[in-house]
Amino acid sequence: MLATFEEIVFSNNIKNVKMKSEFELISQIDAYLKGELTPEEHAKFEVLRKENQAIDHKVVEHQNFISQLADYSQRKELMASMESIHQTLDVKSMVEESLPNSVIVKRLWNKYRINSAIAASIALITVFATLLSTGYFSKLDSSDYESMRRKMEVLQKSQNAIINNFSITKHPKGPTSPAQFGGTGFALTQNGYLITNSHVIKGADSIYVQNSVGDSYKVKVIYEDPKYDIAILRIVDPGFTSLGSLPYTFKKTGADLGEDVYTLGFPRDEQVLNKGYVSSLTGYKGDTVAYQVDIPVNFGNSGGPLLDNKGNVVGIINAKQKRADGASFAVKSKYLLKALDSIPEDSLEAKLVLNTKNSLRGLSRTDQLKKIQDYVFMVKVY
Amino acid sequence: MGYNFEYKVLRVSKEIKSSVPTDNEVILGILNGSKDTLNKLYTSYFPMILQMVLSNSGDEDDAKDIFQESVIVLYNKVKVGNFELHSKLKTFIYSVCYRLWLKRLKFKGKNTNNVEELDKLVAVENDLEQHEEKDKQFKQMEKALQFLGEPCKTIIEDYYMKDRSMQEICEKFGYTNSDNAKTQKYKCLQRLKKLFFQTT
Repeated sequence: MLATFEEIVFSNNIKNVKMKSEFELISQIDAYLKGELTPEEHAKFEVLRKENQAIDHKVVEHQNFISQLADYSQRKELMASMESIHQTLDVKSMVEESLPNSVIVKRLWNKYRINSAIAASIALITVFATLLSTGYFSKLDSSDYESMRRKMEVLQKSQNAIINNFSITKHPKGPTSPAQFGGTGFALTQNGYLITNSHVIKGADSIYVQNSVGDSYKVKVIYEDPKYDIAILRIVDPGFTSLGSLPYTFKKTGADLGEDVYTLGFPRDEQVLNKGYVSSLTGYKGDTVAYQVDIPVNFGNSGGPLLDNKGNVVGIINAKQKRADGASFAVKSKYLLKALDSIPEDSLEAKLVLNTKNSLRGLSRTDQLKKIQDYVFMVKVY
Repeated sequence: MGYNFEYKVLRVSKEIKSSVPTDNEVILGILNGSKDTLNKLYTSYFPMILQMVLSNSGDEDDAKDIFQESVIVLYNKVKVGNFELHSKLKTFIYSVCYRLWLKRLKFKGKNTNNVEELDKLVAVENDLEQHEEKDKQFKQMEKALQFLGEPCKTIIEDYYMKDRSMQEICEKFGYTNSDNAKTQKYKCLQRLKKLFFQTT
């Protein structure tokens, strides 16, 4: 067999080797590579390889292909082994074990984010719809601007006691239930006209005022000017006669920057004095209707008079800025007078004549206060 | 490169850690074709890769695929004889998997920006290039064998892969003499070559 093969090889160019001889060559190479040849044959073939380059090429080429086949089978085997190892692993518990919490959260988030987004939207819509339907937004003037009317709920108990006390001993007709909101108001005239902030009496069913000694009077709203946050009230209680002549006057020109001012109000059930100075001639966000005053005020101070040292009313406390200390605001007396002028004549039941005689000038602060305190009222809104 | 790399991801359970084979054990085992080595290698390092893939927007199957691929890379490297222990085996596997996973993410068109970049990776680019070449050949061969059909496929497998003798094959397929079997084997091989180089 080898002889015929050699003959062919030597007598022909390798390119012209016929089908049969190629078959013989490959068989020979296979046997050679597999070590199936006898040592004699093997040696002979090696010599042949050396002598004939074409055969050597063929051997190398065949060897390469066979090694690729071997690689293929080894890899197949390796993959099969790995597959069987993988089957024995408890991947599930590994996943749980090796997963950091954040990833679990991330995965849950990925999975449920749409649901939570929908839920959140519904919640938001519900909240806003509720707020809208309950009129919450209409009460908001500004996010960091607070009106100083007092919500009474927190003080229900103490106030209840006081009111009960007064109503039994002095004014049985007075309201016995605690007010919903409260503020401050002060007298405009001796015949019972009072002034307060319009936001204090907003949404009121009925309004009572109570003076420093605890007398309660029913009042009615004569005029409201939300633009200047001013409301004019009049005492309509049959038990009311007269306030006596007012000690203070109203200053048309208003206060100057840096002027010392003070206010009396009802942040709680007793009159409280607060003093400070005019810190700016404009109010919140440059509002020219108001001053900024550096006075510590609280809920319930709204509607209180802002007085200068000479006993002139220069403004009405109406608000303070949230998250800022000492930034309170007061409507200028100029606008108070403007508001008075714009009251329609026929809504006035009695003449509204402002006091022009100031009896506070030259008095000490304590003496001024003694005179003023009877004219500053707690406004109770029901 | 030191031997003391610490990876955040290497928090694997303790009982697995205790059976981690030494790197030399693994290399010897690979060279000897030890099944036990493969088993240890697999159970020791798979959790680490699983965690990496899971924390970078992949799932268990992705982890399995790329881990097995990295083992193939390792085996080829060791068998060719050029595996030098420049780095820890663990680092090598991790680096290979990391690159493979990045590539796969890019292929999927996913954002790869937030894949954790680890400070200590070893350069495996050359290994991966070689692997790619081998992988191509493997797939070609797989395809060629698939097209080859029976009985050729089995004859080729028996003779060249399972190292059976011509005599055995002759008996198995019931050829009357071994020359017939040889002719058949030859024809099959020629066809396989043709199929293999055709698809190139």
